[in-house]
Amino acid sequence: MNSLPAASLWYTFQAIVVRELLRFFQQKSRLFSALVRPLLWLIVFAAGFRSALGLSITPPYETYILYQEYIVPGLCGMIVLFNAMQSSLSMVYDREMGSMKVLLMSPAPKAFLLFAKLCGGAILSLLQVVIFVLLAWGLDVNIPLLGLLYSIPTIFLTAFFLGSLGLILANHIKQLENFAGVMNFVIFPMFFLSSALYPLWKIQESSLYLYWLCKYNPFTFAVEMLRFSLYEQYNVELIALVSGVTLLCAFFAINTFKAKK
Amino acid sequence: MKNTLCTALISSMLICSTASLQAKELAYVTNEKSNSLSVIDLDDYTVIKEVPVGERPRGFIFNHDQTLAYICASDSDRIQIFDVASDMIIGELPSGEDPETIALHPNGQTIYTANEDDALLTVIDIASQTVTTQIDVGVEPEGLAVSPDGKILVVTSETTNMVHWINTSTNQNYANSLVGARPRAAMFTKDGKELWVTSEIGGELTVFDVATQTVKHIFTFTIRGMHKDRIQPVGIVLMQKANKAFVALGPSNHVAVINTANMVIEKYILVGRRVWQLALNADESLLLTTNGVSSDVSIIDTQTAKVEKSVKVGRYPWGVAVKQL
Repeated sequence: MNSLPAASLWYTFQAIVVRELLRFFQQKSRLFSALVRPLLWLIVFAAGFRSALGLSITPPYETYILYQEYIVPGLCGMIVLFNAMQSSLSMVYDREMGSMKVLLMSPAPKAFLLFAKLCGGAILSLLQVVIFVLLAWGLDVNIPLLGLLYSIPTIFLTAFFLGSLGLILANHIKQLENFAGVMNFVIFPMFFLSSALYPLWKIQESSLYLYWLCKYNPFTFAVEMLRFSLYEQYNVELIALVSGVTLLCAFFAINTFKAKK
Repeated sequence: MKNTLCTALISSMLICSTASLQAKELAYVTNEKSNSLSVIDLDDYTVIKEVPVGERPRGFIFNHDQTLAYICASDSDRIQIFDVASDMIIGELPSGEDPETIALHPNGQTIYTANEDDALLTVIDIASQTVTTQIDVGVEPEGLAVSPDGKILVVTSETTNMVHWINTSTNQNYANSLVGARPRAAMFTKDGKELWVTSEIGGELTVFDVATQTVKHIFTFTIRGMHKDRIQPVGIVLMQKANKAFVALGPSNHVAVINTANMVIEKYILVGRRVWQLALNADESLLLTTNGVSSDVSIIDTQTAKVEKSVKVGRYPWGVAVKQL
């Protein structure tokens, strides 16, 4: 166990987080594309599927809502999903380019290095979600703005969960070209087999098997947790579930990372 | 100093007691298919009880002091007298067949009910519990409204597509006005100079000048993403303390908000399925809508025009009225 002074750990933490932020802002199109994706879903997809008649009431909603209001928490989840995966999979690029070796020269524990990296990704996710919700507000989608404050911890938790999952994948990917496989076999199934785009009761109407898959998809837990927090509520059961999955993923991420080093 | 403290204390006590007097309100909702009344506490938006009443209860009004309510039990072919204190039916009024809607004259002594199947309007004297007269009107009479001065009664007939104007002192039909297809509800403005009438199939809201019975304005409704056939105006309320009117738009699941000062439709509020009748609470801060198909009542903040909550009640809620405790 390394016994670095707190100041050194803080310096390491800062360096990794700032590097994550700098990398994001230096790629000027990344913020733009990160926002275009959910906005396209909100404006185009939600317009196509718009139900002017409203969706049935499911918690945390107290009354009927339009479809475009329903998908906003799911799209926030999508932002965190893509950002966390992209941030974690950049480890593959770091390995290829040799900057991983520089990182590993730090005397700080490996788990701490990964934690700092996840924090950097979580801050970026939070920033993107805040901008997206404000833009959605401008499009007359009424999400309470106070809900954004409530959502800071849940966005962080979701980012840690998905970032840890991304690290596990990054530890098993040899080349960056394999990212397409991750998109097709992890990100898309995780997103579509969740409650992000349609309520679970609606999925249950078409297929019970699909319903079970969606219901027990950990990404569904995260989306529903975000949904509650965006409406100024905390669902303790969902927070516990996402925390449990996050701890599990973090455990495997650290262990596979150690094995790889 | 002592006096100031006493005054402050007394004032705060008065404010508290006034607030507590204003706070408690109950909404009574008739459930067409559960043959019951659901009672909603408007403090916390919960259903506190469901009381069995006659068959197919629809129209519902309180008497002036809100100690009694009159319920159109349509399939029982009678108007039931409901004692609010004991939650019991304590009597019945003769009503003719299939009473659907009900209106109380400002004198508190006369009740009017529309007999849908018989094309009749029945005038009932409450004290003697007798039918004073029955007036022939158009086919399938539905909406009823009495002018604030009590001199004019109007009834709409669904199939004849007319508003019938009746002099309440002679009980004579003195004028008829054509409106859009299937007129449903009617309401006078508080000054009695205008009459607002909804037409369900016509998809219109017609505003009449009462003195001349001529049309002053016709509203039509458009909701983005909704076919116009689904937009069917039904229940209507006009606020007394603000320049706002609310119109229930049936299967479109929306309530239209109209600015009555400039006659502009300002907003459409999403509520439950097949929104039918509307009612305001005493200070007009809340609007309640009965949503028949989804069997719930949406409670709307009239200031923000947003739904606070949709509350499940019995099956097919129809009429609604608010009682202040």
